[in-house]
Amino acid sequence: MTRLGMVIDLDKCSACQTCAVACNTENNAPPGTPQEAEESRLMRWLQFLPHFEGEYPHVSGQLTPMMCQQCERPPCTYVCPVSATYPTPDGIVAQIYWRCIGCRYCVNSCPYTMKWFNWWKPQWPGELKNGTNPDVELRDKGVTEKCTFCHTRLQHAKEKAKVEGRGIRTGEYLPACAEACPTNAIVFGDLDDPESEVAQLARDPRAYRYLEELGTKPKVIYLKSR
Amino acid sequence: MRENIEQSLLSSVSRKPGPIYLGVCIFLGLILLGSIAAWIWQIVYGLGVTGMNTPVFWGLYLVNFVFFIGISHAGTLISSVLRITDTKWRRPFTRLAEAITVFSLPFGAMCVIVDLGRPDRLLNVMYFPHFSSAILWDVVCISTYLITSILYFYLALVPDIAICRDVLKNVSPWRRKLYSALSLGWSGTQKQWKVLNRIMTGMSIFLFALVVSVHTNVSFVFGMTTKPGWSSTIISPFFVLGAIYCGVAAMIFFMIIFRKIFHLEMFITQKHFNSAAKFLLALCCFWLYAMIIEHLFGFYHGEESEYHLFMDKMFGHYAISFWVMFACCFPIPFVVLAVPRFRTITNLFIICIVVNIGMWMERFTIIVPSGTHPLLAWGTGSYSPSWVEWSITAGWISGFALFIMIFVRLFPMVTIWEIKEEIEETMHKKDTVTAKEGVGILE
Repeated sequence: MTRLGMVIDLDKCSACQTCAVACNTENNAPPGTPQEAEESRLMRWLQFLPHFEGEYPHVSGQLTPMMCQQCERPPCTYVCPVSATYPTPDGIVAQIYWRCIGCRYCVNSCPYTMKWFNWWKPQWPGELKNGTNPDVELRDKGVTEKCTFCHTRLQHAKEKAKVEGRGIRTGEYLPACAEACPTNAIVFGDLDDPESEVAQLARDPRAYRYLEELGTKPKVIYLKSR
Repeated sequence: MRENIEQSLLSSVSRKPGPIYLGVCIFLGLILLGSIAAWIWQIVYGLGVTGMNTPVFWGLYLVNFVFFIGISHAGTLISSVLRITDTKWRRPFTRLAEAITVFSLPFGAMCVIVDLGRPDRLLNVMYFPHFSSAILWDVVCISTYLITSILYFYLALVPDIAICRDVLKNVSPWRRKLYSALSLGWSGTQKQWKVLNRIMTGMSIFLFALVVSVHTNVSFVFGMTTKPGWSSTIISPFFVLGAIYCGVAAMIFFMIIFRKIFHLEMFITQKHFNSAAKFLLALCCFWLYAMIIEHLFGFYHGEESEYHLFMDKMFGHYAISFWVMFACCFPIPFVVLAVPRFRTITNLFIICIVVNIGMWMERFTIIVPSGTHPLLAWGTGSYSPSWVEWSITAGWISGFALFIMIFVRLFPMVTIWEIKEEIEETMHKKDTVTAKEGVGILE
């Protein structure tokens, strides 16, 4: 069994936000307008959770890159009335856009607030319209969407491996954020493979996960020394 | 005597509608049409035309949903539960209460459909059902509830439709046809009454179970998430209780209006209202109890997001709506209902409006503030409903009132056969009392 997961080393992360840009470009998230930003309706699968400690002038801040935590027990999949969101055998929480009825129940039940709703029809200004990624489908208004660990890349890798008659090699498939990270803070792979870097890092004493107490078993693991 | 009762109870059906009635109907109809236009606007442009955003994913539509489903419980409670327990004062209220159920349920269900991002894919719920979703349970529950209550409502109506068929000779032909078709050949024989009574008792018991399950399920939609303020064990009983509270208030409200318009003072007396008011008082006290328990836990165990939510509701951004809601749901109704001197029909009328406003706001303060408080530190969200949401809210409320108004013109709004039963019972009692007194004198 593969259990795809991610480790984000916050000690390495410089909060440059390259991952967010890579994510938007790869997954055809519309750039959004100032109006949408003001209404808090931007489509950003990868967001930065702010955390500040201390008071001025002794403040320390941390921006934590957050995307869908790809829970092993995903609360969003239990509540979907039409099974539009479900965990795949690879351990990705998938979303079927053409089936989603837009009830936003999954969005509300996500404790990380990491699912997104298309309040308007997504739009790209001018030439940007021609620059969308042809591998990733465009979503319509009124449906929910989310990070799927760039599952189209996984599909490509699987197809290629199948043609060559072998399994997927380590590192053959990386989500856009992990690929783009300039400090290699984001490590991606199979958590069930004890040899993989991601599985080894997941056992690091610095490792923690968000809202672990809820029992959602998120597969995005963060590393941070105190 | 018998004819007299029938004549006066049928006056609401036999009289020609006046200009005020027609005017109000047209007004309500226009608001309903306007809201449908607003809905079309929303379908064309997407849910962006509402005030909802990230992280407030649910707003007024869900508030209205819970409110309408809540009001619908009046009918079933008054007519089924009180029918099983054979409570006397319910009799003049049953028909109207059942009508409220039957007409508010479709609007409740419509609220959810309006809230969908893709209403065109509604049938996916049938094609790809996912049985662990509380929304699917709701679909099952509410549709069962709707079908059962329509049947229940209709069965109790059959003997009265038969009276309409027999008595109302000078109404328009289409209505005569309607009455004779809907009365199913009812002739009031002993056997027919026996069958009807048996079915009504059986359905009453079934409906009682449905009432509890339907609103429990409505609460599951919220309670089964991890959101602060929603995820609590008291939310289900609290929802059921709140539903009955505002439902009974809505029923008394309509009753007072129609009693005045159709001069039914003879049948629906101060005594009936007094009993209904006491029932409302009991519900009011229970409501306070559940409300305190719900908020006490959030405050006391001090879990961070839950505590922030509590403070925001009590003293923060939602303080005004919270305290207005509280005043409308407890202190004002309590004082008026508890002091016999204040328990006049006019006051009761005002209190029923106040309770319904309060209960609507209660749903608002349950649904919206929780939405603005995500579990992680994303910051507090904000929500202000747009004109589309307000229009659709106004439209649905008008539509509901319009349906009730049309109904009371077509069918008797008071269950004639139950009133007759009551009058016969009192007369019978009087006879026995006089007889006993007579015996006493003899001794």
